[in-house]
Amino acid sequence: MATVSVCQYHRGGFSFENCKRNALLEADINKLGFSSPAARKTGTTICGVVYKDGVVLGADTRATEGMVVADKNCSKIHYISPNVYCCGAGTAADTEMTTQIISSNLELHSLSTGRLPRVATANRMLKQMLFRYQGYIGAALVLGGVDSTGPQLYSIYPHGSTDKLPYVTMGSGSLAAMAVFEDRYRPNMEEEEAKRLVRDAIAAGIFNDLGSGSNIDLCVITKGKVDYLRPHDVANKKGVRTGNYRYKHGTTGVLTKAVTHLNLEVVEESVQTMDTT
Amino acid sequence: MFISQNFEMDSFSQNPEFTIHSFFTFLDTTIMAVEFEGGVVIGADSRTTTGAYIANRVTDKLTPIHERIFCCRSGSAADTQAIADAVTYQLGFHSIELDEAPLVQTAASLFREMCYRYREELMAGIIVAGWDPRRGGQVYTVPVGGMMTRQPVSVGGSGSSYIYGYVDSNYRAGMSKEECLKFTAEALTLAMERDGSSGGVVRLAVISEQGVERQVILGNQLPKFSTV
Repeated sequence: MATVSVCQYHRGGFSFENCKRNALLEADINKLGFSSPAARKTGTTICGVVYKDGVVLGADTRATEGMVVADKNCSKIHYISPNVYCCGAGTAADTEMTTQIISSNLELHSLSTGRLPRVATANRMLKQMLFRYQGYIGAALVLGGVDSTGPQLYSIYPHGSTDKLPYVTMGSGSLAAMAVFEDRYRPNMEEEEAKRLVRDAIAAGIFNDLGSGSNIDLCVITKGKVDYLRPHDVANKKGVRTGNYRYKHGTTGVLTKAVTHLNLEVVEESVQTMDTT
Repeated sequence: MFISQNFEMDSFSQNPEFTIHSFFTFLDTTIMAVEFEGGVVIGADSRTTTGAYIANRVTDKLTPIHERIFCCRSGSAADTQAIADAVTYQLGFHSIELDEAPLVQTAASLFREMCYRYREELMAGIIVAGWDPRRGGQVYTVPVGGMMTRQPVSVGGSGSSYIYGYVDSNYRAGMSKEECLKFTAEALTLAMERDGSSGGVVRLAVISEQGVERQVILGNQLPKFSTV
Protein backbone atom coordinates (compact mmCIF):
# COMPACT_ATOMS: atom_id res chain seq x y z
CA MET A 1 0.00 0.00 0.00
CA ALA A 2 1.85 3.09 -1.18
CA THR A 3 1.55 6.42 0.59
CA VAL A 4 0.57 9.34 -1.57
CA SER A 5 2.20 12.45 -0.18
CA VAL A 6 0.11 15.51 -0.83
CA CYS A 7 1.74 18.91 -0.61
CA GLN A 8 -0.32 20.49 2.11
CA TYR A 9 0.11 24.02 3.28
CA HIS A 10 0.15 24.22 7.04
CA ARG A 11 -2.70 26.26 8.36
CA GLY A 12 -1.50 27.73 11.63
CA GLY A 13 0.83 25.87 13.97
CA PHE A 14 4.57 25.73 13.59
CA SER A 15 6.52 25.04 10.42
CA PHE A 16 9.68 23.06 10.87
CA GLU A 17 10.74 23.23 7.19
CA ASN A 18 13.78 25.35 7.97
CA CYS A 19 15.18 22.54 10.06
CA LYS A 20 15.79 20.47 6.91
CA ARG A 21 17.44 23.46 5.27
CA ASN A 22 19.63 24.00 8.33
CA ALA A 23 20.73 20.38 8.26
CA LEU A 24 21.77 20.72 4.61
CA LEU A 25 23.59 24.00 5.30
CA GLU A 26 25.46 22.42 8.18
CA ALA A 27 26.66 19.62 5.95
CA ASP A 28 27.79 22.12 3.28
CA ILE A 29 29.58 24.39 5.74
CA ASN A 30 31.74 21.53 6.92
CA LYS A 31 32.81 20.85 3.34
CA LEU A 32 33.94 24.48 2.98
CA GLY A 33 36.06 24.19 6.09
CA PHE A 34 34.08 26.40 8.44
CA SER A 35 32.23 25.12 11.48
CA SER A 36 28.72 26.13 12.43
CA PRO A 37 28.42 27.92 15.79
CA ALA A 38 27.91 25.51 18.64
CA ALA A 39 24.99 26.09 20.96
CA ARG A 40 26.07 26.44 24.53
CA LYS A 41 24.88 23.33 26.35
CA THR A 42 24.75 22.71 30.02
CA GLY A 43 26.08 19.13 29.78
CA THR A 44 25.01 18.66 33.27
CA THR A 45 24.08 16.73 36.32
CA ILE A 46 20.80 17.76 37.90
CA CYS A 47 18.72 15.80 40.33
CA GLY A 48 15.98 16.01 42.90
CA VAL A 49 14.69 14.02 45.84
CA VAL A 50 11.46 14.09 47.86
CA TYR A 51 12.09 13.81 51.59
CA LYS A 52 9.97 14.01 54.71
CA ASP A 53 9.22 17.74 54.73
CA GLY A 54 9.73 18.72 51.08
CA VAL A 55 12.09 18.43 48.15
CA VAL A 56 15.82 18.94 47.66
CA LEU A 57 17.01 19.96 44.19
CA GLY A 58 20.67 19.81 43.20
CA ALA A 59 22.77 20.86 40.22
CA ASP A 60 26.38 21.25 39.15
CA THR A 61 27.58 24.62 37.79
CA ARG A 62 29.44 23.96 34.55
CA ALA A 63 28.22 25.27 31.18
CA THR A 64 30.05 23.96 28.10
CA GLU A 65 30.37 25.23 24.53
CA GLY A 66 31.55 22.19 22.64
CA MET A 67 34.65 21.01 24.52
CA VAL A 68 35.32 24.34 26.25
CA VAL A 69 33.89 25.38 29.60
CA ALA A 70 31.97 28.57 28.85
CA ASP A 71 30.88 29.31 32.41
CA LYS A 72 32.51 27.82 35.49
CA ASN A 73 29.80 28.94 37.82
CA CYS A 74 26.44 29.16 36.12
CA SER A 75 23.20 28.83 38.00
CA LYS A 76 21.07 25.92 36.85
CA ILE A 77 18.37 26.03 39.50
CA HIS A 78 15.80 28.48 38.19
CA TYR A 79 13.05 30.25 40.06
CA ILE A 80 9.53 29.42 38.94
CA SER A 81 7.47 30.64 41.88
CA PRO A 82 8.12 31.16 45.60
CA ASN A 83 7.40 27.49 46.27
CA VAL A 84 8.53 25.92 42.98
CA TYR A 85 12.04 25.73 41.51
CA CYS A 86 13.28 24.03 38.35
CA CYS A 87 16.71 22.63 37.41
CA GLY A 88 17.55 22.71 33.71
CA ALA A 89 19.78 20.55 31.52
CA GLY A 90 20.27 20.73 27.76
CA THR A 91 20.64 23.94 25.78
CA ALA A 92 21.34 26.76 28.26
CA ALA A 93 19.27 29.39 26.43
CA ASP A 94 16.31 27.05 26.11
CA THR A 95 16.20 26.14 29.80
CA GLU A 96 16.67 29.79 30.83
CA MET A 97 13.94 31.20 28.58
CA THR A 98 11.47 28.36 29.04
CA THR A 99 11.64 28.61 32.83
CA GLN A 100 11.31 32.39 32.69
CA ILE A 101 8.27 32.22 30.41
CA ILE A 102 6.52 29.67 32.59
CA SER A 103 7.48 31.61 35.72
CA SER A 104 5.81 34.75 34.30
CA ASN A 105 2.71 32.89 33.22
CA LEU A 106 2.48 31.13 36.56
CA GLU A 107 2.66 34.43 38.44
CA LEU A 108 -0.20 35.81 36.35
CA HIS A 109 -2.15 32.60 36.91
CA SER A 110 -1.50 32.78 40.63
CA LEU A 111 -2.75 36.38 40.77
CA SER A 112 -5.84 35.30 38.87
CA THR A 113 -6.62 32.35 41.15
CA GLY A 114 -5.54 34.14 44.31
CA ARG A 115 -3.67 31.03 45.44
CA LEU A 116 -0.10 29.82 45.75
CA PRO A 117 0.70 28.06 42.45
CA ARG A 118 0.84 24.28 42.32
CA VAL A 119 3.74 22.21 41.04
CA ALA A 120 1.35 20.24 38.83
CA THR A 121 0.30 23.48 37.11
CA ALA A 122 3.90 24.37 36.32
CA ASN A 123 4.39 20.81 35.04
CA ARG A 124 1.34 21.08 32.74
CA MET A 125 2.47 24.40 31.34
CA LEU A 126 6.01 23.19 30.70
CA LYS A 127 5.00 19.89 29.09
CA GLN A 128 2.41 21.52 26.82
CA MET A 129 4.92 24.12 25.64
CA LEU A 130 7.69 21.59 25.01
CA PHE A 131 5.30 19.24 23.16
CA ARG A 132 4.16 22.10 20.96
CA TYR A 133 7.76 22.59 19.84
CA GLN A 134 8.15 18.86 19.18
CA GLY A 135 11.51 18.53 20.94
CA TYR A 136 13.24 21.42 19.14
CA ILE A 137 13.48 23.25 22.45
CA GLY A 138 16.28 21.28 24.08
CA ALA A 139 15.23 21.64 27.68
CA ALA A 140 15.34 18.65 30.05
CA LEU A 141 14.04 19.79 33.41
CA VAL A 142 13.71 18.62 36.99
CA LEU A 143 10.79 20.48 38.53
CA GLY A 144 10.24 20.40 42.28
CA GLY A 145 8.24 22.23 44.89
CA VAL A 146 5.83 22.11 47.79
CA ASP A 147 2.21 23.16 47.52
CA SER A 148 -1.10 22.51 49.25
CA THR A 149 -1.07 18.91 48.00
CA GLY A 150 2.39 18.21 49.41
CA PRO A 151 5.93 17.96 48.04
CA GLN A 152 6.20 16.89 44.40
CA LEU A 153 8.98 16.18 41.92
CA TYR A 154 8.68 15.88 38.15
CA SER A 155 11.15 15.14 35.39
CA ILE A 156 10.31 16.78 32.07
CA TYR A 157 11.88 15.67 28.78
CA PRO A 158 12.45 17.88 25.70
CA HIS A 159 9.67 16.19 23.74
CA GLY A 160 7.13 16.91 26.44
CA SER A 161 6.78 13.70 28.41
CA THR A 162 6.85 13.93 32.20
CA ASP A 163 7.25 11.51 35.08
CA LYS A 164 6.22 12.11 38.66
CA LEU A 165 8.71 10.28 40.88
CA PRO A 166 10.28 10.38 44.36
CA TYR A 167 13.80 10.79 42.93
CA VAL A 168 14.95 11.89 39.48
CA THR A 169 18.17 12.75 37.67
CA MET A 170 18.74 14.41 34.27
CA GLY A 171 21.60 15.55 32.09
CA SER A 172 24.77 13.89 30.85
CA GLY A 173 25.76 12.94 34.40
CA SER A 174 22.35 11.48 35.18
CA LEU A 175 23.51 7.86 35.12
CA ALA A 176 26.23 8.53 37.69
CA ALA A 177 23.80 10.42 39.92
CA MET A 178 21.08 7.77 39.54
CA ALA A 179 23.54 5.10 40.63
CA VAL A 180 23.97 6.96 43.94
CA PHE A 181 20.22 7.42 44.34
CA GLU A 182 19.36 3.80 43.61
CA ASP A 183 21.85 2.75 46.26
CA ARG A 184 20.93 5.11 49.09
CA TYR A 185 17.44 6.51 48.59
CA ARG A 186 14.88 5.78 51.29
CA PRO A 187 11.38 7.22 51.57
CA ASN A 188 10.81 9.90 54.25
CA MET A 189 14.43 10.87 54.86
CA GLU A 190 15.43 13.67 57.20
CA GLU A 191 16.62 16.97 55.71
CA GLU A 192 20.33 16.47 56.43
CA GLU A 193 20.33 12.99 54.97
CA ALA A 194 18.47 14.17 51.87
CA LYS A 195 20.92 17.05 51.36
CA ARG A 196 23.88 14.71 51.75
CA LEU A 197 22.34 12.27 49.25
CA VAL A 198 21.76 14.97 46.63
CA ARG A 199 25.22 16.41 47.22
CA ASP A 200 26.79 12.99 46.72
CA ALA A 201 24.72 12.31 43.60
CA ILE A 202 25.80 15.59 41.99
CA ALA A 203 29.39 14.94 43.06
CA ALA A 204 29.22 11.57 41.30
CA GLY A 205 28.14 13.39 38.15
CA ILE A 206 30.83 16.07 38.52
CA PHE A 207 33.71 13.66 38.98
CA ASN A 208 32.62 10.97 36.52
CA ASP A 209 31.10 13.01 33.67
CA LEU A 210 33.14 15.38 31.53
CA GLY A 211 30.13 17.60 30.82
CA SER A 212 29.59 18.37 34.53
CA GLY A 213 31.92 20.12 36.93
CA SER A 214 32.73 22.92 39.35
CA ASN A 215 30.48 23.44 42.33
CA ILE A 216 27.31 21.90 43.74
CA ASP A 217 24.22 24.07 44.19
CA LEU A 218 21.34 22.91 46.35
CA CYS A 219 17.82 24.17 46.78
CA VAL A 220 15.80 22.90 49.73
CA ILE A 221 12.09 23.62 49.44
CA THR A 222 9.75 23.07 52.36
CA LYS A 223 6.31 24.37 53.21
CA GLY A 224 6.79 28.09 53.61
CA LYS A 225 10.58 28.18 53.30
CA VAL A 226 13.19 27.89 50.54
CA ASP A 227 16.94 27.54 51.16
CA TYR A 228 18.82 28.40 48.01
CA LEU A 229 22.35 27.22 48.81
CA ARG A 230 24.64 28.53 46.12
CA PRO A 231 27.25 27.18 46.41
CA HIS A 232 26.51 24.43 48.82
CA ASP A 233 29.80 22.71 48.17
CA VAL A 234 32.79 24.09 46.29
CA ALA A 235 33.91 20.71 45.04
CA ASN A 236 36.51 22.08 42.64
CA LYS A 237 38.57 24.89 44.10
CA LYS A 238 41.06 26.56 41.77
CA GLY A 239 44.55 25.54 42.82
CA VAL A 240 47.14 27.97 44.19
CA ARG A 241 50.19 28.45 41.99
CA THR A 242 53.40 27.39 43.66
CA GLY A 243 55.73 29.45 41.43
CA ASN A 244 55.73 33.04 40.18
CA TYR A 245 56.76 34.52 36.86
CA ARG A 246 57.17 38.05 38.24
CA TYR A 247 60.75 39.27 38.39
CA LYS A 248 62.07 41.61 41.08
CA HIS A 249 63.06 45.22 40.24
CA GLY A 250 66.68 45.27 39.25
CA THR A 251 66.73 41.82 37.60
CA THR A 252 67.24 43.56 34.28
CA GLY A 253 70.01 46.16 34.34
CA VAL A 254 68.90 49.67 33.18
CA LEU A 255 71.49 51.38 30.88
CA THR A 256 69.80 54.73 30.07
CA LYS A 257 66.63 56.49 31.14
CA ALA A 258 64.86 59.37 29.31
CA VAL A 259 61.68 61.02 30.69
CA THR A 260 59.35 63.06 28.40
CA HIS A 261 56.58 65.07 30.09
CA LEU A 262 53.26 65.31 28.32
CA ASN A 263 51.76 68.74 29.21
CA LEU A 264 48.01 68.39 28.92
CA GLU A 265 45.53 71.24 29.54
CA VAL A 266 42.08 70.61 30.91
CA VAL A 267 39.81 72.09 28.20
CA GLU A 268 36.36 71.33 29.53
CA GLU A 269 35.01 69.68 32.63
CA SER A 270 31.38 68.68 33.25
CA VAL A 271 29.85 66.64 36.03
CA GLN A 272 26.73 64.50 35.50
CA THR A 273 25.21 63.14 38.69
CA MET A 274 23.56 59.70 38.51
CA ASP A 275 20.34 59.13 40.39
CA THR A 276 21.25 56.23 42.68
CA THR A 277 18.15 56.28 44.88
CA MET B 1 12.08 -0.27 18.45
CA PHE B 2 8.94 -0.30 16.32
CA ILE B 3 5.55 -1.29 17.65
CA SER B 4 4.43 -4.73 16.43
CA GLN B 5 3.34 -4.82 12.81
CA ASN B 6 0.20 -6.89 12.68
CA PHE B 7 -2.01 -4.18 11.20
CA GLU B 8 -1.61 -2.43 7.85
CA MET B 9 1.39 -0.37 8.84
CA ASP B 10 3.52 -1.01 5.74
CA SER B 11 3.23 2.63 4.70
CA PHE B 12 4.37 3.65 8.15
CA SER B 13 7.45 1.49 8.51
CA GLN B 14 8.64 2.07 4.94
CA ASN B 15 8.23 5.81 5.11
CA PRO B 16 11.81 7.07 4.49
CA GLU B 17 11.18 10.17 6.54
CA PHE B 18 10.73 8.28 9.74
CA THR B 19 13.84 7.96 11.89
CA ILE B 20 14.15 7.26 15.56
CA HIS B 21 15.97 10.13 17.23
CA SER B 22 17.98 8.84 20.09
CA PHE B 23 16.44 10.98 22.83
CA PHE B 24 12.75 10.23 22.43
CA THR B 25 11.39 8.72 25.60
CA PHE B 26 9.60 5.58 24.50
CA LEU B 27 6.99 3.47 26.17
CA ASP B 28 8.03 0.43 24.16
CA THR B 29 5.93 -1.74 26.20
CA THR B 30 3.59 -4.56 26.77
CA ILE B 31 -0.01 -3.54 27.35
CA MET B 32 -3.08 -5.71 27.49
CA ALA B 33 -6.81 -5.52 28.09
CA VAL B 34 -9.41 -8.28 28.51
CA GLU B 35 -13.20 -8.05 28.67
CA PHE B 36 -15.12 -10.15 31.14
CA GLU B 37 -18.73 -10.31 32.24
CA GLY B 38 -19.23 -7.12 34.22
CA GLY B 39 -16.07 -5.21 33.32
CA VAL B 40 -12.55 -5.23 31.96
CA VAL B 41 -9.10 -6.12 33.25
CA ILE B 42 -6.22 -3.99 31.98
CA GLY B 43 -2.52 -4.44 32.53
CA ALA B 44 0.84 -2.99 31.58
CA ASP B 45 4.53 -3.24 32.40
CA SER B 46 6.33 -0.21 33.89
CA ARG B 47 9.37 0.58 31.77
CA THR B 48 10.10 3.85 29.89
CA THR B 49 13.32 4.02 27.90
CA THR B 50 15.49 6.71 26.28
CA GLY B 51 17.72 4.68 24.03
CA ALA B 52 19.23 1.96 26.21
CA TYR B 53 18.68 3.80 29.50
CA ILE B 54 15.56 3.18 31.54
CA ALA B 55 14.27 6.67 32.29
CA ASN B 56 11.48 5.46 34.56
CA ARG B 57 11.28 1.91 35.90
CA VAL B 58 7.96 2.40 37.70
CA THR B 59 5.88 4.11 35.00
CA ASP B 60 2.13 4.03 35.23
CA LYS B 61 0.92 3.38 31.70
CA LEU B 62 -2.69 2.84 32.76
CA THR B 63 -4.04 6.36 32.53
CA PRO B 64 -7.52 7.33 33.72
CA ILE B 65 -9.51 9.17 31.07
CA HIS B 66 -12.74 9.23 33.02
CA GLU B 67 -14.10 7.62 36.16
CA ARG B 68 -14.57 4.19 34.57
CA ILE B 69 -12.57 4.56 31.37
CA PHE B 70 -8.82 3.97 31.17
CA CYS B 71 -6.30 3.89 28.40
CA CYS B 72 -3.13 1.82 28.11
CA ARG B 73 -0.34 3.79 26.43
CA SER B 74 2.45 2.52 24.18
CA GLY B 75 4.77 4.26 21.74
CA SER B 76 6.17 7.74 22.31
CA ALA B 77 5.74 8.86 25.92
CA ALA B 78 5.34 12.53 24.97
CA ASP B 79 2.78 11.83 22.23
CA THR B 80 0.64 9.49 24.33
CA GLN B 81 0.68 11.78 27.37
CA ALA B 82 -0.35 14.76 25.23
CA ILE B 83 -3.11 12.79 23.48
CA ALA B 84 -4.41 11.34 26.75
CA ASP B 85 -4.53 14.82 28.33
CA ALA B 86 -6.41 16.22 25.34
CA VAL B 87 -8.92 13.35 25.27
CA THR B 88 -9.43 13.55 29.05
CA TYR B 89 -10.40 17.18 28.64
CA GLN B 90 -12.67 16.55 25.66
CA LEU B 91 -14.39 13.58 27.31
CA GLY B 92 -14.88 15.45 30.60
CA PHE B 93 -16.47 18.33 28.74
CA HIS B 94 -18.68 15.97 26.74
CA SER B 95 -19.76 14.12 29.88
CA ILE B 96 -20.77 17.38 31.59
CA GLU B 97 -22.76 18.38 28.51
CA LEU B 98 -24.51 15.00 28.48
CA ASP B 99 -24.91 14.94 32.26
CA GLU B 100 -24.23 11.22 32.27
CA ALA B 101 -21.28 8.83 32.16
CA PRO B 102 -19.63 8.81 28.71
CA LEU B 103 -19.51 5.67 26.58
CA VAL B 104 -16.23 3.80 26.19
CA GLN B 105 -16.82 3.91 22.45
CA THR B 106 -16.93 7.72 22.61
CA ALA B 107 -13.54 7.80 24.35
CA ALA B 108 -12.13 5.38 21.80
CA SER B 109 -13.52 7.51 18.96
CA LEU B 110 -11.88 10.63 20.36
CA PHE B 111 -8.56 8.79 20.51
CA ARG B 112 -9.05 7.53 16.99
CA GLU B 113 -9.88 11.01 15.67
CA MET B 114 -6.65 12.42 17.02
CA CYS B 115 -4.44 9.45 16.18
CA TYR B 116 -5.71 9.27 12.61
CA ARG B 117 -5.72 12.99 11.87
CA TYR B 118 -2.15 13.42 13.03
CA ARG B 119 -0.94 9.97 12.08
CA GLU B 120 2.18 11.30 10.28
CA GLU B 121 3.34 13.23 13.32
CA LEU B 122 2.40 10.83 16.09
CA MET B 123 3.67 7.50 17.29
CA ALA B 124 1.01 6.18 19.63
CA GLY B 125 -0.49 2.73 20.14
CA ILE B 126 -3.36 2.94 22.59
CA ILE B 127 -5.83 0.47 24.07
CA VAL B 128 -8.99 2.08 25.47
CA ALA B 129 -10.90 0.01 28.00
CA GLY B 130 -13.64 0.65 30.50
CA TRP B 131 -17.16 0.05 31.66
CA ASP B 132 -20.30 1.98 30.82
CA PRO B 133 -23.90 1.29 31.81
CA ARG B 134 -25.09 0.79 28.25
CA ARG B 135 -22.72 -1.89 26.94
CA GLY B 136 -20.81 -3.09 29.99
CA GLY B 137 -17.10 -3.85 29.80
CA GLN B 138 -15.48 -3.00 26.45
CA VAL B 139 -11.97 -3.00 24.97
CA TYR B 140 -11.14 -0.92 21.90
CA THR B 141 -7.71 -0.91 20.32
CA VAL B 142 -6.32 2.13 18.47
CA PRO B 143 -2.93 1.07 17.11
CA VAL B 144 -0.33 3.20 15.28
CA GLY B 145 -1.99 4.66 12.18
CA GLY B 146 -5.32 5.42 13.78
CA MET B 147 -7.54 2.42 13.16
CA MET B 148 -10.11 1.57 15.83
CA THR B 149 -11.67 -1.79 16.49
CA ARG B 150 -13.39 -3.51 19.40
CA GLN B 151 -11.81 -6.76 20.57
CA PRO B 152 -12.58 -9.05 23.51
CA VAL B 153 -8.86 -9.25 24.27
CA SER B 154 -6.17 -6.96 22.95
CA VAL B 155 -2.40 -6.72 23.40
CA GLY B 156 -0.09 -3.95 22.28
CA GLY B 157 3.43 -2.60 22.43
CA SER B 158 6.73 -4.10 21.40
CA GLY B 159 6.38 -7.01 23.84
CA SER B 160 3.05 -8.06 22.44
CA SER B 161 4.68 -9.91 19.54
CA TYR B 162 5.97 -12.51 21.99
CA ILE B 163 2.63 -13.34 23.55
CA TYR B 164 0.18 -13.58 20.65
CA GLY B 165 0.51 -17.37 20.75
CA TYR B 166 -0.04 -17.50 24.51
CA VAL B 167 -3.02 -15.15 24.36
CA ASP B 168 -4.69 -16.86 21.38
CA SER B 169 -4.36 -20.30 22.93
CA ASN B 170 -5.28 -19.41 26.52
CA TYR B 171 -8.13 -16.96 26.07
CA ARG B 172 -11.60 -18.35 26.61
CA ALA B 173 -14.82 -16.36 26.41
CA GLY B 174 -16.68 -16.12 29.71
CA MET B 175 -13.70 -16.06 32.08
CA SER B 176 -14.25 -14.70 35.57
CA LYS B 177 -12.54 -11.62 36.98
CA GLU B 178 -9.92 -13.65 38.86
CA GLU B 179 -9.19 -15.79 35.81
CA CYS B 180 -8.74 -12.67 33.70
CA LEU B 181 -6.37 -11.16 36.26
CA LYS B 182 -4.27 -14.33 36.32
CA PHE B 183 -4.32 -14.53 32.51
CA THR B 184 -3.21 -10.91 32.12
CA ALA B 185 -0.49 -11.15 34.77
CA GLU B 186 0.96 -14.29 33.22
CA ALA B 187 0.86 -12.93 29.68
CA LEU B 188 2.58 -9.71 30.73
CA THR B 189 5.20 -11.62 32.71
CA LEU B 190 6.07 -13.76 29.69
CA ALA B 191 6.35 -10.71 27.47
CA MET B 192 8.52 -8.86 30.01
CA GLU B 193 10.88 -11.81 30.25
CA ARG B 194 11.51 -11.83 26.52
CA ASP B 195 11.22 -8.20 25.46
CA GLY B 196 14.08 -5.91 26.44
CA SER B 197 11.91 -2.83 26.23
CA SER B 198 9.39 -4.18 28.76
CA GLY B 199 10.05 -4.79 32.42
CA GLY B 200 9.77 -3.52 35.96
CA VAL B 201 6.51 -4.26 37.74
CA VAL B 202 3.13 -5.40 36.43
CA ARG B 203 0.36 -2.89 36.96
CA LEU B 204 -3.19 -4.24 36.82
CA ALA B 205 -6.59 -2.61 37.11
CA VAL B 206 -10.13 -3.96 37.15
CA ILE B 207 -12.85 -1.60 35.92
CA SER B 208 -16.45 -2.50 36.62
CA GLU B 209 -19.71 -1.00 37.77
CA GLN B 210 -18.31 -0.88 41.32
CA GLY B 211 -15.41 1.31 40.25
CA VAL B 212 -11.69 0.77 39.71
CA GLU B 213 -9.44 -1.58 41.72
CA ARG B 214 -5.73 -1.17 41.06
CA GLN B 215 -2.93 -3.50 41.99
CA VAL B 216 0.81 -3.83 41.48
CA ILE B 217 2.76 -7.08 41.19
CA LEU B 218 6.39 -6.46 42.10
CA GLY B 219 9.28 -8.13 40.30
CA ASN B 220 9.85 -10.86 42.84
CA GLN B 221 6.14 -11.70 43.07
CA LEU B 222 5.63 -12.29 39.34
CA PRO B 223 4.38 -15.75 38.31
CA LYS B 224 7.22 -18.17 37.60
CA PHE B 225 7.53 -20.22 34.43
CA SER B 226 9.79 -23.22 34.00
CA THR B 227 12.14 -21.88 31.33
CA VAL B 228 12.59 -18.33 32.62
